[in-house]
Amino acid sequence: MKITQTPSDTTLTLVLDGELDASSSVLLDTELSNPAVLKYQKVLIDCQRLNYISSAGLGVFISHLQRFQDANVKLVFFNMQEKVHNVFEILGLDSLMTIVPSETEAAAL
Amino acid sequence: MKNAIRISCERSNLKVVRDFVSEYLAALGQSELRVNQIVLAVDEIVANIVIHANAEDASKHLDVRLNVENQVFRIELRDQGSSYSPASYQEPNMPEYIQQGRKGGMGMALVNRLMDRVEFTQHGDYNICRLYKQLI
Repeated sequence: MKITQTPSDTTLTLVLDGELDASSSVLLDTELSNPAVLKYQKVLIDCQRLNYISSAGLGVFISHLQRFQDANVKLVFFNMQEKVHNVFEILGLDSLMTIVPSETEAAAL
Repeated sequence: MKNAIRISCERSNLKVVRDFVSEYLAALGQSELRVNQIVLAVDEIVANIVIHANAEDASKHLDVRLNVENQVFRIELRDQGSSYSPASYQEPNMPEYIQQGRKGGMGMALVNRLMDRVEFTQHGDYNICRLYKQLI
């Protein structure tokens, strides 16, 4: 798993590249735990190159979502592959998290 | 086609098992979505065995065996760690998990929703988990 950060004034974009499992999700947890993340209005997660997610990867997002909401930071996923979106659907997370098709739509939120 | 592997109980081997199962299923002509669903179910159980049942002890191992009979794909996982009790399973409440900021407790829900049958048994010192899925 490779995570690339692209910060702008109000938005932090994280590009995820690889597989998010019980081993690699530790890295993502470290990135999202950084208090500096909460100074942005939006955190966008680019999932185009995210080829796999397990419950450990979902758990990282779930564990930070309330903290983000409390700080008025929007967490938005975009460019998600069908097989990865399917994992969110199986647990009903697609209706509890913000997932949009493209970066343009994510930026417009 | 190779149908069995042995891994040591380390997190880095989760991918080794996923790649092994994925290649086996792709060779059977299963769709990318279906391969991912079955691989995910196996990965969740393997992660539980490696991290919880065997406490990531690299001196311990896990045997994975795959086969297909009458169009039913079967995965057998065998280890010597602490055993899992399916009776302890609780359906996760996702809105509540989000509110509580929980990280875990969803893996078995995925497995139960994705597979047709899930069995946990003990034979002497060994725990055996078998997962079944009808192939299309």
